[in-house]
Amino acid sequence: MIPLVDIRQLTRSFGGAAVLDGIDLTTAPGEFVALLGRSGSGKTTLLRILAGLDTAPAEKLQLTTRRSVVFQEPRLLPWKSVIDNVALGLRHPDARTLATQALDEVGLSHRLDAWPLTLSGGEAQRSALARALVREPELLLLDEPFASLDALTRLRMHELVLALWRKHRPAVLLVTHDVWEAVALADRILVLDQGHFIREINVDIDRPRRRDDRRTGRIEAALLEDLGVLPTQD
Amino acid sequence: MSRAIEGPARAGRLAQFASRLASPVALLVIWQIASMTGLLSPRILAGPGDIVATASRLIASGELINGLIVSFLRVLAGFSIALVAGIVLALISGLSRFGEAVIDPPVQMLKAMPFLGLLPLFILWFGIGEMPKIGLVAFGAIFPIYLTLYGGIRGIDRKLIEAGQTMDLGTTSIIRHIIIPGALPSLLVGVRYGLSVAWLSLVVGEQINASSGIGYTISYARDFMQTDVIVVCLLVYAILGLLTDGLVRMIEAYALRWRPEVFG
Repeated sequence: MIPLVDIRQLTRSFGGAAVLDGIDLTTAPGEFVALLGRSGSGKTTLLRILAGLDTAPAEKLQLTTRRSVVFQEPRLLPWKSVIDNVALGLRHPDARTLATQALDEVGLSHRLDAWPLTLSGGEAQRSALARALVREPELLLLDEPFASLDALTRLRMHELVLALWRKHRPAVLLVTHDVWEAVALADRILVLDQGHFIREINVDIDRPRRRDDRRTGRIEAALLEDLGVLPTQD
Repeated sequence: MSRAIEGPARAGRLAQFASRLASPVALLVIWQIASMTGLLSPRILAGPGDIVATASRLIASGELINGLIVSFLRVLAGFSIALVAGIVLALISGLSRFGEAVIDPPVQMLKAMPFLGLLPLFILWFGIGEMPKIGLVAFGAIFPIYLTLYGGIRGIDRKLIEAGQTMDLGTTSIIRHIIIPGALPSLLVGVRYGLSVAWLSLVVGEQINASSGIGYTISYARDFMQTDVIVVCLLVYAILGLLTDGLVRMIEAYALRWRPEVFG
């Protein structure tokens, strides 16, 4: 199987300081990967490179071109209705039908003609998700897409993302600083710190994952320790 | 139920409107009394009653309507030139660094010039026909249009352009779907401001050697000390300015209907 992302020795520096320092990353089709890190760890820089918004030297940089991005802010065009935002740039004769289906999947079929500035935060982010998925990406890049949502909306978005992932099977790369989000969603968790991956964890627990499960608890504790939140207990 | 809530609110608004109307009406009454008692000579300023009579006379004779059309066409011609040229220049300098380097410095320098002072030059270049008047209108109106659109393009949220890039939009699509609509609110502000400058330029341009138009009527009335005619013409200028501004506001309300403050 050809990996969707195959990166060796990726280095990116700003003004002499290396933000990414020799990163290796491969992602298989359909795999859900979470990228955890503190702010300033380079995780957004890595995602921007994967999204094609930034370039950096690497020994090998192989990337699928069928990728789409959901950012932390919805980034909808305020002067286009929700459906036009989703259909924009689709090269397909039935672009509007596809956009309608995509919005239906995220539960927004009643908001097709709404102006983006009238949407709630959750609705706007679901529109952004529809806009990303309607392009049938092989690689879905999520840059802290739930960070500015309230806790309840965030949990509902987790379920929605899992449901859509099961249905469409893109590989997902989720950048987050929310440890539970990573544990709840991902097959594999990578921790980025000062431009290096310092940990890789495969999460072999059936979904839906419960927070009171002892196994998720152990992973959460280990990750929090990596992020410097909990003191080492030995 | 809804009427019970609406009633007092509407009455309140009416009272507010009436209170704002009180002092202008009082001024009109004082003006009329001063004219009637001879305190205010018609050679200084005609009274409101005379002005109304003159207005209906000028309308009936067709003189006012003809002048109005001629003046309106001058503004239309000059402003259209300004609109097209201003938009083209702003797009070039807003969308490319090279264009900015070529276009922006001379425009900024010309902007510093008191453009009404250019009238003698315009007369030397274009004679005393329609050209200097239209040229002055165009020259005055181009700056607000250029400056606001250029600023609007430069102020577009980079994040929206990035989102467009991740959706595989090409440069043309990004300009069409993101940059132009994003800069439209600024452009419309420039259009409204440009229109008021256009009317101002016309008033000045028409004072010089006009043989038709409202400005001509004013110069003619000045020679015969008809202050009533002058005031009527000034009112017509004001009404035309308000009407064109209202037109742009209507365009604005439609084109910017996506903004919450417009529909709510």
